[in-house]
Amino acid sequence: MSRDKTRRLLPTGLRLAPSQVWGSIRLVPVLRDEVRGDLRFARRTYDDDLAVVSLKGGLMEPGLKYISYVPHGLVMSWDNKQAEVVAGTRLHKPDGKVLKAGPFTVRVLHRMARREDKNRLRLLPLHLAMEGFLAMHFGGPEVAWTEYSQEALSHGLDPRGESSVPGWASTAFDEALRVFEINEQQVGVLIFKADMLLSACIVSHPEDYRALHRALLEDFYGELLLQYGFLANSADLWLSIDDRQVSSMADLRNAVGRMRRDWADFQGFMAGGLFGTEVVTSTVYEAGPFHLERFVTSLVPSEENHLGELIVRADGTLEYLKTYRLSAAQTRRAYLLKQLAGANWNLERAAAGLKTTREDLVVRLNNAGFGYLLKESVLREALRHR
Amino acid sequence: MKDLALARAEQVAREDLVMFVNACFSCTGQREFYNDARGQSVAIDFLHEYILGNYRRLYARTLAAGINHFNQAQIILNLLATGKQTSPEDRREEGALIASALRALPPQRAFRVLELLRERRINNRRARAIAREYLEGRPDLSFDAVKYRAKLRATVAHGHLKLSGELNPFLFQGWRKRVYTTPLLEKFRQAHFAQDALFELPFTIAEGLAVKHGIPRGVFLERIEPRLTVAERLRLQGAAAREEGTITLDLGRAALTKLALYVLSLKPETRRERRAELHAALEQSAARTLRRASVPLGRVAAVLDNSYSASGSTEKRRRPLGVALAAHYLLSASAREFRAFWTNPIEDPLLVEARGQTDLATPLLDALDWMPDLVVVVSDGYDNDPPNAVAEVTRVFRTKLDPGRRTTLVHANPVFASELYAPRGIGALVPTVGVRDAEDLPTVLGFARFAEGAAPLSELEDYLAARVRRLLERGKPLPAEEEA
Repeated sequence: MSRDKTRRLLPTGLRLAPSQVWGSIRLVPVLRDEVRGDLRFARRTYDDDLAVVSLKGGLMEPGLKYISYVPHGLVMSWDNKQAEVVAGTRLHKPDGKVLKAGPFTVRVLHRMARREDKNRLRLLPLHLAMEGFLAMHFGGPEVAWTEYSQEALSHGLDPRGESSVPGWASTAFDEALRVFEINEQQVGVLIFKADMLLSACIVSHPEDYRALHRALLEDFYGELLLQYGFLANSADLWLSIDDRQVSSMADLRNAVGRMRRDWADFQGFMAGGLFGTEVVTSTVYEAGPFHLERFVTSLVPSEENHLGELIVRADGTLEYLKTYRLSAAQTRRAYLLKQLAGANWNLERAAAGLKTTREDLVVRLNNAGFGYLLKESVLREALRHR
Repeated sequence: MKDLALARAEQVAREDLVMFVNACFSCTGQREFYNDARGQSVAIDFLHEYILGNYRRLYARTLAAGINHFNQAQIILNLLATGKQTSPEDRREEGALIASALRALPPQRAFRVLELLRERRINNRRARAIAREYLEGRPDLSFDAVKYRAKLRATVAHGHLKLSGELNPFLFQGWRKRVYTTPLLEKFRQAHFAQDALFELPFTIAEGLAVKHGIPRGVFLERIEPRLTVAERLRLQGAAAREEGTITLDLGRAALTKLALYVLSLKPETRRERRAELHAALEQSAARTLRRASVPLGRVAAVLDNSYSASGSTEKRRRPLGVALAAHYLLSASAREFRAFWTNPIEDPLLVEARGQTDLATPLLDALDWMPDLVVVVSDGYDNDPPNAVAEVTRVFRTKLDPGRRTTLVHANPVFASELYAPRGIGALVPTVGVRDAEDLPTVLGFARFAEGAAPLSELEDYLAARVRRLLERGKPLPAEEEA
């Protein structure tokens, strides 16, 4: 990860419209005023029960694999001529290989982002970011400290898994997407559950968004989607007009305009955990003026943390964004690994960095599910000392 | 103190009734865009029971208010089921109301009411008398016996009725037992054995027999054409086009809202090609509707909702949008000056589609800027861009900019919101009235002043009583009539 850099995530070129609420789900439309039309997305569905993505090496060769349920991929095309042709068409290009496994089918795919043509790239949305997140400190200790188990030293943290919730697991979300009224210039949506930002999805062209709207249901989301199931509806936030300041029709029209702006400001504030924060990004692909990057936020456990992928144009316009909100436990795990890697996997130094004792750090690692990293004797000693 | 309590009781009664009549205009117990069918039917059943229990006389008189057929049928059934509770002085009027409302229902709905009498085990003397009277009033009972055979048989068996001629044997023994002398019954018998006879039968009956004989759909549609009713012709236009046939129909004769829904079911290209024809038909149909009930209006602005939620549901496909389109033609035909303001502006109302967010505030502001005498808003009452803006606009307009009520605001809502037991409103200062068809608009505009809450209960009672008188005098109700 030598190309890591930090950038501030800014909604350049985008505008928020008033939200639409259904139960505890609040959907905020993201509008784009200037649509250039040289970057288009199309959806490619895979009807397989499981997908295996080979990350290194050839398609069917042994090597690092990412395994998940992948319902669809996104085909991105850029450059004016190509983009217009691709828009709205369904690309039935053979993609990877389909294997039969009993009653199930498994699709083997080549790479998270794979170039298919001169100006065409297939990517697996969110899985791209998730894989990056899983791989972040995947290698395990580079120095053979004596505390680590043999397993950890030879294989690292392999295999690592994280769980997520598919959109269709929540009927409220399904219903909210059904009754949602898509704005004419809409290119994306911010999804709030119980008024906490759950995910953001933004594309480049309004027509592509319209086509992808129902596919949001197939994406995966943080556990937050199922949490707060019994929480009452999101508050109806009423803004009102101060009638003392209205004395003509023009005043009334202005007041409605102000109401609309107030909504956008307020929702921008609610999404403050994502927009305007510093994120660590790494470039995955460069396609003409477009940079495909995956990112993760600070991973400080007390803050809300997102990971995702984005495409920015050379002039800074945000053309594509898809995020996943990490749960508290996921953040804790990532934070610990990050601290360990930062301290070169030395327990003492990492503990000092966390302003805690070595024993305490060992217990925290165990609680986070990383007990298998450490030798049993080290773990037992630490538990006794507490 | 006592006066205060009385006034409060009167207010409650008025609000209950307005809510009920409003629900009876819009709710059909079917799925809507935002609400499911179950919630709808629970809500409407509750309202019926509540009003029947508390205000029986007014409940019966609602039959004359111009409400939709679904609710008329419910009221008739509920009244017949609880005949014992009628007070003696109301008995005559209630019976007469039921009989005339039943007679005015479309025959399939009326026969369904009679069939439900059996299913709900309602078999008192009045119910039997009403059923007998209805059958005696039918112009051609042997036609009914063919077309509504099962329903008629249920009624006859349930009420132990004796029908004239060959009808009783026809209903209970069917076509296998004997040869009939009545021509239609004989054709029905023959059609079970020979293809040719079935083309003399009503369409819905012939349709099933054609399948039995394996007649190709295209051939069947072509030969049955002379038998089709206007509604059937409209419904089958698409099917005939798929089979590469044509069904001739004078579109202008079709009911306005049905015609609007038909137009909306066509593809945009087709609508553009046939623009002149469809436009003329809608205008003609609107004019025909107004001939029956004209409401001369001055300067009228219509704020019409064509957002995505106007697409309705699987059970009421595009109905809110169809009502808006029909209202456009109806109001433009009855107004001296007319302008329409759609939520998502369109160049031609005929090409309208349900798409996009609901920004009701902007078109309403545009409409008010034009200074009309009357603004009719046709919308499902949900506004989300920004939320609640239209309620604020109407509130400030009513209290601050036009306290003298130079401009009248009325909101007509084709969607019943089950959680509110009423059509959703657009602010406390604008009366909201339910509509099922745009043809109801003249009636509903008259009813709007009660929905506003300004008129006292006695006036509402007088209004209903006057409509009852007119209904019973003419023997048959007008779908809409001029109101003060």
